[in-house]
Amino acid sequence: MYNPFSLEGKTILVTGASSGIGRAAAIECSKMGATVVITGRNKERLDETYLQLHGEGHIQLVADLKEEESISYIIDNVPVLDGCVNNAGITVTLPTSFINKDALNNVLQVNTISPILLTQSLVKNKKIKNGGSIVFTCSTSGVYNAVVGNAIYSASKGAINGFMKNAALDLAAKNIRVNAVSPGMIHTNILESGIISEEQLKEDMKKYPLKRYGEPEEVAYAMIYLLSDASKWITGSNLLIDGGLTLL
Amino acid sequence: MELKKFIENFASQFDETEASVFNADTVFKSLDEWSSLMALSIMAMVDEEYNVSIKGNDIKNSKTMEDLYNVIKSKL
Repeated sequence: MYNPFSLEGKTILVTGASSGIGRAAAIECSKMGATVVITGRNKERLDETYLQLHGEGHIQLVADLKEEESISYIIDNVPVLDGCVNNAGITVTLPTSFINKDALNNVLQVNTISPILLTQSLVKNKKIKNGGSIVFTCSTSGVYNAVVGNAIYSASKGAINGFMKNAALDLAAKNIRVNAVSPGMIHTNILESGIISEEQLKEDMKKYPLKRYGEPEEVAYAMIYLLSDASKWITGSNLLIDGGLTLL
Repeated sequence: MELKKFIENFASQFDETEASVFNADTVFKSLDEWSSLMALSIMAMVDEEYNVSIKGNDIKNSKTMEDLYNVIKSKL
């Protein structure tokens, strides 16, 4: 069947696959025919993702991207890849005047430094094929807009947006494409910390022209596009997936 | 933890509202300067000063300063 978006025959690494957008990305990629390598810090939740994958031959690696040793562990255990989804991420809500070094370091380590170093190591160790595709989970926050109390997260994602563009230029010589997706608010357990009350979330949803938050699969579909040969001439782009939020 | 000090810490997050406005009975969410950012600042202040994590619902369910003080005290 004609399908330029197919991932048949491709091997794709997805970090942060134990929940949320990463889990959806892993499952949807497998449904599109890919063999996936999933990483996450929680073995049980990673198993839950693994059991939902379609097809055979998938690999799971328990790795916490807060620890830099995890990167060499991943490199040593991944086959050569056609694609990589740098998705693992954390957040913290702190007004600017309450930012502290520990909170800043934590978020930057997971959201910015580890994905950059993982990308570097994958390329250096020739674990991404010529013609491969790297996708970052970025955010509207820090790239297109800002959210009260979200300065650290915005800084981490703004930096990833900058890195993505520059890596896209550098890696074009190897015919490796580098792109990002920028979701608005998505229903994931990142929202379940309780910092923001349910009523505030409901109020916030009304701000979106499409009147709701996104679903993890709706981000995964965009990743699939960027991983597939359908986007062969797209590199350095950051695809907005925000229900129209940033139109306002 | 004492109520007087808590009220001082709470009041110091505000720029426009006089410190004298704040007391145990103050209905803080009705203050003009109250906002979602202020709520986050109060949560961060409580975490920093008392090492207690309060949630959005704790603030929502507290009417007066003393209500919130009691919530924090119960989590110490």
